[in-house]
Amino acid sequence: MVEQEQRTGTSSTRMIATLGIAGLFSGLALVAVFLFTRPIIEANQAEALRRAVFQVLPGSSSFQTLEFSNDKLALLSVEQENNAPKSKNPQIYAGYSKSGKLLGFAIPGEEAGFQDKIKAIFGYDPQRRMLIGFEVLDSKETPGLGDKIIKDKYFRTSLTSLEIDPKIVAVKPGQKTAANQVETITGATISSKTVIRLLDKTIRRWLPSINIYLAKQ
Amino acid sequence: MVAQHKYLFSETMKNFEEAARYHEEFIKGLWKENPVFVAVLGMCPALAVTNTAINGLAMGGATLFVLTFSSLLVSSFRRYIPKEVRITTFVIIIATFVTIVDFLLQAFLPAIHKELGAFVALIVVNCLILGRQEAFSFKNPIRLAMVDALGMALGFTFALFCLGAIREILGNGSLFGVSLFGPSFEPWIVMILPPGGFLSLGFLLLFFNWLKQRQEQKQSLVYLADTVAEVAEKKDSIISLKRGV
Amino acid sequence: MAADLLWIFISAMVINNFTLYYFLGLCPFFGVSDRISTALRMGLANIFVLLITAFCAWFLNTYVLSHAPYLRLISFIIVIASTVQFVEMAIKKMSPVLFKALGIFLPLITTNCAILGLALFATNKGYGLLEGLVYALGAGGGLTLALVIMAGIREESKLLEIPKVIEGTALNLIIAGILSMAFMGFAGLFSTS
Repeated sequence: MVEQEQRTGTSSTRMIATLGIAGLFSGLALVAVFLFTRPIIEANQAEALRRAVFQVLPGSSSFQTLEFSNDKLALLSVEQENNAPKSKNPQIYAGYSKSGKLLGFAIPGEEAGFQDKIKAIFGYDPQRRMLIGFEVLDSKETPGLGDKIIKDKYFRTSLTSLEIDPKIVAVKPGQKTAANQVETITGATISSKTVIRLLDKTIRRWLPSINIYLAKQ
Repeated sequence: MVAQHKYLFSETMKNFEEAARYHEEFIKGLWKENPVFVAVLGMCPALAVTNTAINGLAMGGATLFVLTFSSLLVSSFRRYIPKEVRITTFVIIIATFVTIVDFLLQAFLPAIHKELGAFVALIVVNCLILGRQEAFSFKNPIRLAMVDALGMALGFTFALFCLGAIREILGNGSLFGVSLFGPSFEPWIVMILPPGGFLSLGFLLLFFNWLKQRQEQKQSLVYLADTVAEVAEKKDSIISLKRGV
Repeated sequence: MAADLLWIFISAMVINNFTLYYFLGLCPFFGVSDRISTALRMGLANIFVLLITAFCAWFLNTYVLSHAPYLRLISFIIVIASTVQFVEMAIKKMSPVLFKALGIFLPLITTNCAILGLALFATNKGYGLLEGLVYALGAGGGLTLALVIMAGIREESKLLEIPKVIEGTALNLIIAGILSMAFMGFAGLFSTS
């Protein structure tokens, strides 16, 4: 009887109370799970970044984050790196060998590919002015065709010793004559050209600030 | 003595009936009312992430988690939730569990989470989950609601696994990442691309329709044969009547 | 910047079409696509709600969720649904004609996966307000395009004799598959050079 009364004419206080209690418990549960999983998720992301940086800078065993803000590159302090809301300024990573020697910079970049943006990271050696490593972070290129930019060994090897001067250019398969040229992949011409454009555009954008940063050291 | 036997008998029958009811509620989701193949619900995840068998299973598992726990909560508190705000309450409950499963996947299975991407969060708008709360959990006791939720979620997972396996075998020549036909196999790439999702579910539904139609035809044939036999029998008796035997 | 915006628009509209590439908004795609005029109005209502969604998502992401990322899903759903309801009331008061044309679709749309999908994708891609609005316009345009094409095909197919075994969802899915294949032709629109 009592229940029926409540069912037919529910007071607005009761509705608000129900939603409030549901919201309260939901909030508590979410905060608990968030606090529990956040360190693990952050560790996962840091590990993925570490692996990518060490992959594109062969021989490196530690790295530091450099941030571009106020028109110059600067090393991030430890507190800044651990700050929870990550800043939106563009960042690159300086990789060092075991003896603390600067091996090069790992630079992320993106470019519109065949289907969606291709996101990649590559290693740049400022002493030899060469690209020394390349890794695709995210791509939706067609499986079996465009995704050869990830799987094609010859293409990937050609990106591990690539001169950047005067410009990184794409050539047809089998027509490479200089160290600044990359052969495109048969069946993935557009995707491989996109990667080459990504490399050239990104390195041109970073080169001036990297040189200023190095000159100051 | 007799009374006791009668009582025991009726109790057993009741238990038996109850068990049959549970069995029915569980089994219906798997096949007869399968959410994907029969009711065609939750198509967005069913097509978007089923390019491999593993992804299908992972999405099914995540949905299972959300659906079971949401049903548990909704059914437990069904007397205390006013009818006017029930949908909003369901949504809050479902969204909470989806966020939890999203965080858990990100923490413990980051590779799978990267594959599924935003579609984990999109479980929240899967009509199957809200539909089960509204149609079943809000009206039924906890145990029955759990059985229903488990059956439906397992049916969903089964359908996603089937789609994922078909698409992976045809489109990549592998199952669970293990190559099946060797390097000479030329994969039918479009099957693991979006059109393959539409096409494989379309042709599966077509196949089920065909099976159903054939069964119906068979039944009507049997009926026809029976009728013919009956008429023939009557004819015989009429003829014999006429002859005055 | 303008080139970026154009890429976002075209990419969302045809290359990565919400319906035919991401399978978002399939319920209206199969449910409200038997007449072109209805499909067009549904599409316009969708564009409208998507624009509101993009604004809400940007607002929440910038001012609220940077401190509480775990509330993203819940706040997206609740804020979007209630904003659309308020806008619906406002339209009803201010422009009964517009309400008659689009109003009946609005409650249907708020629980559509395309709406939440847009909010989540725009967040994952880190879009700002302008980019988000252009993305919503492109996505909505793509939904409308897919809906209208589907409705056109289904209007024509009513005149045909279709075997009973393929009628209904199976046929719609196969048509959608062929359309999706056709839309694959748009891939590479921005990368040929």
